[in-house]
Amino acid sequence: MNRRSFVKKVLNGTIAGSLYLVWPMGGDGLEIPEQIPGIRGQDYDILNQKFVFIVDITRCIGCGACCVADKREYNVPDGNYRTWVERYVKGFSDEIYVDSPHGGLDGYQHPRTDIEEEIRDTFFVPKLCNMCKEAPCVQVCPVGATFTSPDGFVLMDEKRCVGCAYCIQACPYSVRFLNPVTKVAEKCTWCYHRVRKGLLPACVEVCPTGARKFGSMKDETSEVYKILKGPGVLTVLRKEMGTFPALYYEGARREVI
Amino acid sequence: MDAAHSSAAMLVSNYVFPNDLHVHWSMMIVLYPYITGLVDGAFIIAALYYLFDVKSLRPVARFSLLFALAFLCIATLPLLLHLGRPERNFNMLLTPSPSSAMAGFGYIYAVSMGVLIFIILFVFREDLVELRTTSKGWLQLLYRAMTFDSIDLSKKALEFDRKIIRFLVGIGIPIAVVLHGYVGFIFGGVKANPTWSTPLMPVIFLFSACVSGISAIILAYIVIRKIKGRSIDHECIKTCIKTLTLFFIMAFAFEMLEVFSHSYLKSGYHHMVEGLLNGPLAISFWLWQVKICSVVPLFVLGVVGIFKIRADLYNLIAAIVSVILLLQVLLMRWNVVIGGQLMSKSARGYTEFHPEWFSKEGILAVIIVMAIPFIILFVLSRIFPFWVADNETNLK
Repeated sequence: MNRRSFVKKVLNGTIAGSLYLVWPMGGDGLEIPEQIPGIRGQDYDILNQKFVFIVDITRCIGCGACCVADKREYNVPDGNYRTWVERYVKGFSDEIYVDSPHGGLDGYQHPRTDIEEEIRDTFFVPKLCNMCKEAPCVQVCPVGATFTSPDGFVLMDEKRCVGCAYCIQACPYSVRFLNPVTKVAEKCTWCYHRVRKGLLPACVEVCPTGARKFGSMKDETSEVYKILKGPGVLTVLRKEMGTFPALYYEGARREVI
Repeated sequence: MDAAHSSAAMLVSNYVFPNDLHVHWSMMIVLYPYITGLVDGAFIIAALYYLFDVKSLRPVARFSLLFALAFLCIATLPLLLHLGRPERNFNMLLTPSPSSAMAGFGYIYAVSMGVLIFIILFVFREDLVELRTTSKGWLQLLYRAMTFDSIDLSKKALEFDRKIIRFLVGIGIPIAVVLHGYVGFIFGGVKANPTWSTPLMPVIFLFSACVSGISAIILAYIVIRKIKGRSIDHECIKTCIKTLTLFFIMAFAFEMLEVFSHSYLKSGYHHMVEGLLNGPLAISFWLWQVKICSVVPLFVLGVVGIFKIRADLYNLIAAIVSVILLLQVLLMRWNVVIGGQLMSKSARGYTEFHPEWFSKEGILAVIIVMAIPFIILFVLSRIFPFWVADNETNLK
């Protein structure tokens, strides 16, 4: 083998080898297991879906993992929150002390020291979009940028939004904000992009205690189905607003607003 | 007592929802209802003369139409400055959502503008035809366009003009009411905000609009005539002040009724409203809006209504009262728009608002926006004769 043919063979081998690198490898190794059964690999009947989010207040430990997951999932700018966790402290005088520093993003690592009276009860309340059936934000949006999808999600078309902030005024739960970067309104979507792939919302997936539960009511084996079918008492926030939320709270005290 | 409903217990932690810390509707949204209010009030003065035959308003009737036009021209400017994505503003007209109160604005605004322009063209037609013959160049072309190239000033044609004016002003009144009542409804329709969500809101906005517009006309008329060294029609000022008194009594009564209803009914989140008015808004609402800018002018208006006062003093008082009432309405807009947003929807705390100087919704921008209508008014004064000749002013 002379030098010329050697170089030729090495070059050919290199090209052939590099082609092998771009050859489809198959994504099986990266496949994430389906978390919401009955969605992946099946026709998604958008008109025949019902999803439910349940927050179990008795399980939340205020670690803030959900807030971190949410911020990373959507690159939420500092000072704005698609979801947050509140800390409620109730004294024996019936005083209620609520706080949520950085929306609970750093977790509640230290107890409050500014409360002088004896504490009777304390609990954490995660907040997120209530996915109202009668959503005020959808009603007031002047350009139809906020809409309810046929499968019951209140979503935003950020390419249509004019940034008037009327939806922010109208939301009784203050889960909306005007993104300082995109200058359009933004909100929690219950991770619609993940749900359509059979994945749980980011905050639900990372919750270490199962305080955040999500599932389809079409799936009789789902936890949310069993809870809603059972005798447990569930509440919604600000019922008097007539918004009919699809977000339920388990174990929420009546002081929770 | 149930702790969850005790105001002291609710406010102890001053907890504001994290997304409520920022006041989204700031000074531009204060200006917007203020400007449309000025338009409406000025239009009312014109309507009283052209439709309801209040003859003594003749000296200011034409001017108030142009005044309304100057402010209507910039009514959309604060909104554009406020929008996060102003380049998409036409989405409101192209893809309006029928369920939204706000979606109607573009159409209501366009109709008001159209009607107002036609009223002005017909009201001034006689003068415009005369000006056309005396002017030259592009100005003449402008006058030709504005008179639709018609120079017919026959008795029959003028009579027909008057009928058209009456018709246009007739439909102009409901349009003006809708324009500003709608602005009130934008706020009144937000059920999440306990100070806004009242059916009284459009009513309050309408009456205060009339107050600000009439005050502005009185002030502008007196100031411009003084500067020009021309006489001030006392009868006209008297009629304006009487009209102003009526509208102001209505406006103030409804404003107080709303506060009274909240504190008497004690419904919903009344403790938040009370806490707001007695806390963050104690100075701007109770001291400035109510005591200084409402009770004082009400007393003064009462005095000038009862006692006989000589003309020059009356005019001076009229000008001062107008200034105070213009401030009253501005404060009312501020306390409603910004004040309402200081309450967090947590019902447990209040946020703060600090106006900026140089942002697009800042104080400087506010000053510029409010200066533009006066520039427009100056340009209009070069085209339209503001006043009827002095010897014609006293129609008896």
